[in-house]
Amino acid sequence: MRHTISILVENKFGVLSRVSGLFSGRGYNIESLSVGETIDPATSIMTIVTTGDDLVVEQITKQLNKLIDVIKVVDFMEVDHVEREMVLIKVSPRKEDRTEVLKLAEIFRGRIVDSGPTTYTMEITGEEKKINAFIELIKPFGIKEFVRTGKVAIAREGLKKGK
Amino acid sequence: MKKSGAEILIECLKKEGVKHIFGYPGGVVLNIFDALYDDKDIQLILTRHEQGAVHAADGYARASGKVGVALVTSGPGATNTVTGIANASMDSIPLVVFSGQVPTLLIGNDAFQEADIVGITRPCTKHNYLVKDVKDLARVVREAFHIAFTGRPGPVLIDLPKDVTAGSAEFIWPEEVRIRGYNPTYHGNKYMINQAAQMIAHSKKPVIMAGGGVVSSEASKELKELAELARIPVTMTLMGLGGFPGTHKLSLGMLGMHGTYYANTAVQNSDLLIGIGVRFDDRVTGRTNAFAPGAKIIQIDIDPTSIRKNVRVDLPVVGDVKNVLKDLLKAVKELKEQQWDAVRNAWLKQIDGWKRERPLSYQFVKNVIKPEFVVEKIYEATKGEAIICTEVGQNQMWSAQFYKYDYPRRWLSSGGLGTMGYGFPAAIGAQFACPDRIVFDIAGDGSIQMNIQELATAVINKLPVKVAILNNGYLGMVRQWQELFFKERYSHTELESGNPDFVKVAEAYGAVGLRATKPEEVEPVIKESLKIKNKPVFLDFVVDWKEKVYPMVPAGASIDEMIFEEEEKKEKKLKAVK
Ligand SMILES: Cc1ncc(C[n+]2csc(CCOP(=O)(O)OP(=O)(O)O)c2C)c(N)n1
Ligand SMILES: [Mg+2]
Repeated sequence: MRHTISILVENKFGVLSRVSGLFSGRGYNIESLSVGETIDPATSIMTIVTTGDDLVVEQITKQLNKLIDVIKVVDFMEVDHVEREMVLIKVSPRKEDRTEVLKLAEIFRGRIVDSGPTTYTMEITGEEKKINAFIELIKPFGIKEFVRTGKVAIAREGLKKGK
Repeated sequence: MKKSGAEILIECLKKEGVKHIFGYPGGVVLNIFDALYDDKDIQLILTRHEQGAVHAADGYARASGKVGVALVTSGPGATNTVTGIANASMDSIPLVVFSGQVPTLLIGNDAFQEADIVGITRPCTKHNYLVKDVKDLARVVREAFHIAFTGRPGPVLIDLPKDVTAGSAEFIWPEEVRIRGYNPTYHGNKYMINQAAQMIAHSKKPVIMAGGGVVSSEASKELKELAELARIPVTMTLMGLGGFPGTHKLSLGMLGMHGTYYANTAVQNSDLLIGIGVRFDDRVTGRTNAFAPGAKIIQIDIDPTSIRKNVRVDLPVVGDVKNVLKDLLKAVKELKEQQWDAVRNAWLKQIDGWKRERPLSYQFVKNVIKPEFVVEKIYEATKGEAIICTEVGQNQMWSAQFYKYDYPRRWLSSGGLGTMGYGFPAAIGAQFACPDRIVFDIAGDGSIQMNIQELATAVINKLPVKVAILNNGYLGMVRQWQELFFKERYSHTELESGNPDFVKVAEAYGAVGLRATKPEEVEPVIKESLKIKNKPVFLDFVVDWKEKVYPMVPAGASIDEMIFEEEEKKEKKLKAVK
């Protein structure tokens, strides 16, 4: 199963390598990873997408928790959450396809962030599925390259019960 | 008043109660060595290799229950500590290792004797630090000792750039440690503990499997009380030896690859297995899907990652072993009246049958020394009271099997990493921790040569450490595997032709060398060594090179698929006839 795991860590040098080293050293795989500061600049959040059966993911979260610089680990499999990813795609469509490409981008609520004589660079944000779908659709028009940010996720605020 | 970084470091060590540091100097730690030069409270013991320093600190920690400390220089000094650190990490031994580092401005420039030791030791330390500002030094040292010693213990490395120890700051000792990402669970969940008590009450064939966690949490007393109260037989992992008295009626000795027949058989036939401070290493479980097939498994450990890592667990209890056992004892006592004796009688009888059926044994022959015989004689001569360190290989297994450990912290052996060369420096560390105790390193002729230079350390410090070399002229354990599984093709395991005269080696260093080549010489030589109080002794026992460690569970087999000496011999004869 694929799990999105969010790791609150001390914002210190070397912490990223402690986390990534744990994954490589123990043979866990990282599908994507993104890191950034939080509201408290002394901490960062890493969002890691990984795969493994229940036992493996249990070990991953426990091993992460064991790292001294890790403050909190959330496996979003167990939490109602919102997740997003962004991709920047550079396409070089044939002249006659250019409007079609722009239309597709519009349907996916993409934005054109740069354009050259023969290329468009588009920004698409959404859930992973949407991004994959967009890439599939745009592929026949000629993708030059794309970069993905990796997933970020945040827990939903449920309505508080009672009161 | 401001102090230099080196002075601050020493103040910190005093605050932590450090009396001994095992170390080796070099350029970037000169400041620290200079500050230690006329210090009265802390003794620096110069080893002859940084690996020796870390193993000595490790032996010191295991024997004393305190944090072991080592201090080395940057680059090669630091990289030489890696084996020792990894060894301590695998066995959960509390160490703080200080390494010098090039000045902060030069870090990353491939400066002379620069090594990224924080990067190198990241996977084999519990945590590590690079101190970049002298103002952080006291806090880091305080945190390091705290992390090393608490929770599941382990080694912590602190990398000290030269300008940090040369710099100066106000010395402020943080009275409190607060690390928000580090909060070990010390007390077990009450509900789980009550469940465990129920399971003990309902089980007919329970076995306790005690590991290193019993020793490190000082829980031997509680373990004994529980075993005696609920009449549960106890088997120990290699790391757990001494956690429960080896001579106790309820002791099954060690389990696993070279465990006793009765321990492995009891585990395989149990209906409840209580793992206490164990991590179910593959040398213990054999093939995991055939391990303790009929048993419910309770696991008590302070490290949540140990739980369900290797085997299924029906009831986990996360907490410090000593605390959990205390609570468990209470819960067991609160159960409604139990007729423990009556309930356990049949099970204990069955186990006694297995003990009689196949006790640990070896064949004594007249003119050659059997290595097991040497271990037995050391046991007798020291009345089971000595601290026994071991190297790795057959010597280690025979020491585990034929010496009965009645007390914790008297058995020092490299369990997880299996480090040849561990035992001798560890014995030196143990002798510093326990100056009045007899300390033996039971060694192999291969292993002893991995840190033989520490003879100088032992001689110069007048340590009466005894090294009993079970000299079989081979890398015996590897040779055993070659004999059993590689058609007797002894590829690169013969040592005898290159072995030195160990008696002369000892003498060359100013130690005493003794030798026994016949069984009747064994006891006198051991007794002779015990008389020597101010020098190390090498005892060269020329033993039967063909001797193998039995029983043996082949790698990957289930732990009841044991090979025994008699069967193995018969099979060989049959083959020869054909
Ligand atoms: C540093 C290291 N290198 C290699 C090994 C693999 N190994 C395990 S046992 C052994 C043989 C040990 O020989 P010796 O010290 O003579 O002990 P014996 O088995 O003969 O008692 C070897 C090479 C090891 N455990 N440690
Ligand atoms: Mg040997």
